[in-house]
Amino acid sequence: MNIRLNGADAETDAKTLAGLCDQLGYDSDAKIATAVNGEFMAKMQRANYQLANGDDIEIVAPRQGG
Amino acid sequence: MMLEFYGQKVQSRLLMGTALYPSPDILQKAVKASHADIVTISVRREAATTQLGQSAQSGEGFWELIRELNVRLLPNTAGCKSVKEAVTTAKMARELFETNWIKLEVIANDDMLQPDLFGLVEAAKILCDDGFDVFPYTTEDLGAAERLLEVGCKVLMPWGAPIGSARGLNNPFALESMRAYFPDIPLVVDAGVGAPSHAAKAMEMGYDAVLLNTAIAKAGDPVYMAEAFAGAIAAGRSAYKAGVMEPRNMASPSTPVAGTPFFKLD
Repeated sequence: MNIRLNGADAETDAKTLAGLCDQLGYDSDAKIATAVNGEFMAKMQRANYQLANGDDIEIVAPRQGG
Repeated sequence: MMLEFYGQKVQSRLLMGTALYPSPDILQKAVKASHADIVTISVRREAATTQLGQSAQSGEGFWELIRELNVRLLPNTAGCKSVKEAVTTAKMARELFETNWIKLEVIANDDMLQPDLFGLVEAAKILCDDGFDVFPYTTEDLGAAERLLEVGCKVLMPWGAPIGSARGLNNPFALESMRAYFPDIPLVVDAGVGAPSHAAKAMEMGYDAVLLNTAIAKAGDPVYMAEAFAGAIAAGRSAYKAGVMEPRNMASPSTPVAGTPFFKLD
């Protein structure tokens, strides 16, 4: 299915957000946070969230900031 | 009395940003040299995750570096231009960094990176209601400040000047008014500070702390500059507690006049 991933078009056969994170190489302890369609998606919810065509996914990590 | 933010005692009155440093090593050394015990950080997309099939890089390296510093983290919502973006970013930061603290930025425009006060109050209310300890990046506007306190903020962070501008305290009168109007609220000058003298001035006014990033990160020698800011902030704080004398228009001799040799009454 087609999704948006961090602002870019992407294709995935992952069924859930957790599956997508796994495909991207993030293990369950990875230091990341997620949002779907502008709403925060907690780590605990990722396995239950069924990806839908057109979903807009954000995956973020710690970064320098001011 | 020791400074407290949301019930947490703070030793250093310098809050440091972690961005724009020439290298991770210099960042680490600068934080240590400053003795800051609070640093700001952000959440950002990772380049690798924009394309499926590439292995994830993740911010693990940066995260390890930050953990080694053993400082308290103040995540920001830098760059957010809407209430929704700021709220979602704050929630991602809360999970990632395991803290309720959030430096709330809702930015009005790119030119001045000035706070959108309307969005700021709205986002602050949502986040305070959700259990966040909000550090709002705001202006010296007293009305907006009152709204921020009403919705649950217990710290205010007015700008000195636009972020990264190094202009110092653009509106000292307004900053002094704010300090006088909110004598019991922790007030932090955040952004626009360029030189240690700017930070010292804010502290002499009675501000509780100064938050800065670029002034140290972009200095010729960031580690040395971190020391300079720590010294300036400590000096400004001492001066505030000591009480700075009022300026006057005419000279007043410091050496005793009585007993001056060759003195004659005109």
